[in-house]
Parts: sequence; C-alpha cells; structure tokens
Amino acid sequence: MIWIGRAGARRRMLWETRAAGVVWRREILRCLRNPAQVALVLSQPLIYLVVLGTGLGSLIPDAPPVGDYRTYLFPGVLVMTVYLPAVATGVSIAIDRETGFLREMLVAPVHRASLLAGRCAGGTTVAACQGALVLALAGVARLPYDPALLATLAAELTLIAFTLTTLVTLLAVSVGRRQTLHAVLGFTITPMIFLSGALFPVSGLPSWLAGLALANPLTYVIDPLRQTIAPYLNGRASMTAGQPAAVRELAVTAVVGLLALLLAARRMARAG
Amino acid sequence: MAPDTTHHRRTGLHRRNAPWGASPAVYTRALAKSYRGVPAVAGIDLSVEAGELFAFVGPNGAGKSTTMAMLCTLLRPTAGQARVAGVDVLADPVEVRRRIGLVLQDSACDGDLTVAEHLRFHAALHGMGRHETRRRMDEALDLLGLYDERDIRARALSGGGRRRLAIARGLLTSPQVLFLDEPTRGLDPAARAQVWEHLLQLRQHRALTMFLTTHYLEEADHCDHVGIIDGGRLLAHDSPAALRAALGTDRVHLRTADDRTAAMLLAQRMGVSATRGPDGLHLRLPGAAAAIPRLCAELRVPVLSVEVRRPGMDEVFLHYTGQRMGGSPA
Repeated sequence: MIWIGRAGARRRMLWETRAAGVVWRREILRCLRNPAQVALVLSQPLIYLVVLGTGLGSLIPDAPPVGDYRTYLFPGVLVMTVYLPAVATGVSIAIDRETGFLREMLVAPVHRASLLAGRCAGGTTVAACQGALVLALAGVARLPYDPALLATLAAELTLIAFTLTTLVTLLAVSVGRRQTLHAVLGFTITPMIFLSGALFPVSGLPSWLAGLALANPLTYVIDPLRQTIAPYLNGRASMTAGQPAAVRELAVTAVVGLLALLLAARRMARAG
Repeated sequence: MAPDTTHHRRTGLHRRNAPWGASPAVYTRALAKSYRGVPAVAGIDLSVEAGELFAFVGPNGAGKSTTMAMLCTLLRPTAGQARVAGVDVLADPVEVRRRIGLVLQDSACDGDLTVAEHLRFHAALHGMGRHETRRRMDEALDLLGLYDERDIRARALSGGGRRRLAIARGLLTSPQVLFLDEPTRGLDPAARAQVWEHLLQLRQHRALTMFLTTHYLEEADHCDHVGIIDGGRLLAHDSPAALRAALGTDRVHLRTADDRTAAMLLAQRMGVSATRGPDGLHLRLPGAAAAIPRLCAELRVPVLSVEVRRPGMDEVFLHYTGQRMGGSPA
C-alpha cells in the first residue's frame, strides 16, 4: 500500500529517528569507552601545533602574510583534529562489515539512510567535541579568547567535521575492504595536508602544484577558518562579517557533505 | 541425543499447534543463485513446517549459507521463489525481516557494548517500545542464561557467551522463524553443548521454527528434519531416523560363550545369518534395540556382551555426498 496515512507516517519517522539515535549513541559510547584511543588521536594535531609550530616558527620571520607561525598553523591543526575522528568512523564501518555487525544492522527493517545518518552524526559529534578541546588551546596560537570567534570557529568546525565524516563514509562504503581503505586514507592524508595551505600558503607554489591544491577539498575548509581568524589578529576586531568567499566555501562544504551522505546511502542500499 | 521416534512425512501437516496455520514456515521452489553464471545454489525445493527444528548440513561451499542469505533477504535469488513465514522474499523483503530472527556466523558483536546495550540497540532498530524492550530483553537474557552478565561488555564474554548473546538478540523480536548460520562453529565441546541445551529449551518455550546450518553431523540428530546439501543441490531431506534407515539396518555385535551354537540357533530360530569373526558374531538386525531381548531369550547360550550400532549421520552424509565431513579438500 502506498497510502500509509499521517499517523503511520509520523510513527515511521519516529522509528527512523530512534534508529538513527541509537546508532549515534553507539558511536558516542565507543568513543567514551576508548579514552586511550581518543588521547592518541588528539595527540597528533597537538604535536603539529606545539612541536612543528614552535620548531618551524623559529625559522620563519614573524611577518605577513604568515604572521606568527603557530597562528598560521592553527586552522590546519583544527581541521586535522576533526579529520582523524572522521577517518575512525570510516574505519569502524569497514570493521563492522568484517565482523558482520553491519549486516546485523542492515537486516533491520529501517531505512539504510537512517543508519548512515546516525553514524555520521555520531562521527561528527565526536569530531566536533575533539575540535572543541583543541579550540581551547587558541591561546597557544596567540589567538584571543573572544566568545564570538570561538563560537564561529566551533560552528565551522562542526560543519567541516560533518562533511569530512560523510566523505570518508562514502569511501568506506564504496571500498569495502579495510586494508584498501587504510591504504587509500594513509596514502592521501599527507599530500592533502601539504597541499591545503595548512602548513604554508599555496599561493607561492608552482602552477601544477597550485592546481592540485585547488582540487584538494581540505583547501576549501581551511580557508574559511583562516578568514574567520584574520580580523581578530593583532588585537583589531574590525571587519565584521562580509566575507563572501568564506560563506560560499562553507555552503559548498555543506552541499558536498549532504551529497556524500546521499551517495553513501545509495551505495549501501545497492550493496545489500 | 533427541529421541526421534516418530518419522513425519515431509508432506504431512503434522504440527497443528503452530499459531500461524498450516502454511510452511519456509517454502522454496527451484530457488537458485548464481554468480556471473556460476551456480552457487542450483534450484532447491524445500518445505519446513512451522515449529520444526531444521538443519542444513553440507561441506564448505555447498550453498548452505547462500540459501540462508536468500531466505533472510540478504541476497537476491537469481531464479525460483521462496516464502518465509508466509511472505514472499522477493515481493516483500521488509515484511520478511519483521518476521524472522537472524543469528549470523561469527556472532557479530561490538566488543565495546554491554550485553544489555546490544539488545537495546537491536530493539530500537526494530522499532520496539521501551516497555516491550525491557520485558522481552529480560526474557531473552533468561532463556539464554545471560541475565547475570547483562552489564558485561561483549569483549569480556567467552566465545560461547557471545554466541548466546547473538541468539538472544535474534529472539528479541519474537520471530516466527529463527535462522542460525552455524551457531556452534568454532566453539569448544562444552560451549557447544551449552548452546544446544538453550536451543532445545527454546523449542519448549516458544512456537518457533528454527532453521540452522551446521558442520557438526551429530548436531543434526537433535533436529526434526535434515537437509543434506552439496554442490548447490538438496540431495536428501528427511528426519534423521529415516535418513539412517534408508542406509540399511542396525548392526549387532554379539559375544557369547559358544559362538558356533549361537550362530546356528540364530539361523534356525530367527532366520538371521551371522558372520563369525575372532571377536564374536556380527549380524544385521532390523529394529535391533527392540529385538535384543528376544534374541537373548532364544539363544540359550550365555551372552557375554551385546553391542548395537546404528548407522551414524556421518555415514548418511558419506552416502549422499561421497565425502566425509571436514576431511574433504573442498
């Protein structure tokens, strides 16, 4: 029967939402029960910020366009902080497929998009929380603890976390085997960070490398963060809003994230 | 060992106490699955009555799991039809999923979740309300002997414990048909016996059809009916007793004080010819267990020992597939 009725449809929606909710909850529980793993994942961006930032910072003159190197590095560090949990979400999907837990979920009479949405929401939450922890270190990067700045960065980070999570999820659903997923992610992470403007401005690169940087999705998520930070530097909190490029980049990020989620749901539906 | 005293004919509707009427719990007609033209399941006709305990036995790659996956709507058949709990798997897979429980190989658990969390997770995915969840969860935990372990993480459970958790999960939605893909695979004998104890206990508590695959032939003896599958075809389908009976009669090994006289008496009075060996007399005797008292009475020579051997399921298996279970190069 096509016609379910409004009450039926509402119950159906409630059911789907609850299903997504428990999948979300499982992601959170997994994170809470493996504090060592979380600490390990958090340590990586901190090493970049503290060790690389301080070490390379001593070589780089404190002048525009870079400024204090740790400040320059901070947007990249934030993105890395949310990227690693996103990868963990993708890997956990591959593990679930191997252990059969995925199949056990797929056999439930709920829409696969709900399962995937719950999963990505869980991954996003975990990533955003870790991002918030690193955001608390803004002072190390010589950033003011301005509530508006921190709130904007946190919101942007959540969006970025969502899109990165859905992209890795799409990859995990498409690739299937865990080893292949690890290989693809491991192979791409370094060049993607190098060519995203996280460590150095891409404007100084030769044209072929700059082209690669333009094709790099990380470039478009680091730039808006940098633009958000810029007005707060050197103590001048002027130039409010009016950054059309940043808004456009964030809008594209959101669209890409949603598309990846829909594609992943479609792929998973077909795999079953 | 389950006493399989009655032999139900495959066509007979012998279980009238089943709540969903006389239609079989699992019914397939020419069900087939092939991968790129290579058949994995080559046309299976099967009917499992409601309330039955049915086992699929066969070597690796025989098509057991593929057939089960099609029945569970995890795989789409390439040909033929299948109905599970009265619903066509192709026409309405979602409804089929509502009516079945599934215990997959390797008992798919998440080590970070506790036993209770696993069940709550499963209940929410199947749209069960909170009260219903709590009630059925307690019942399932009880049935599988996991009540005291409900707050333990799955990681800390033994292999058998994890398998019982998977079975409890499969039961949670009160399915009409419970599918179990090798529920005792990789367990030690004690854990296997425990899992079987719970499975047999389940039959007494619920009007439940259980459809399982197994590698262990002795487990087939617990079942009402056994399907022997190899090369994607169903080679035999009957009760364990009937399958054994088809192989011939029971064998008796007899040791007496005077084998010569005993053999002569056996031929004269019971019309049974026995072969004499250095270790005693060997004879074939239909319905041996029941015939032994009469045999001892007729012999009139002191009987030292009597041993009755029924054809085992491994002999049945060997007969139909031409190979021994497990030892084949597959």
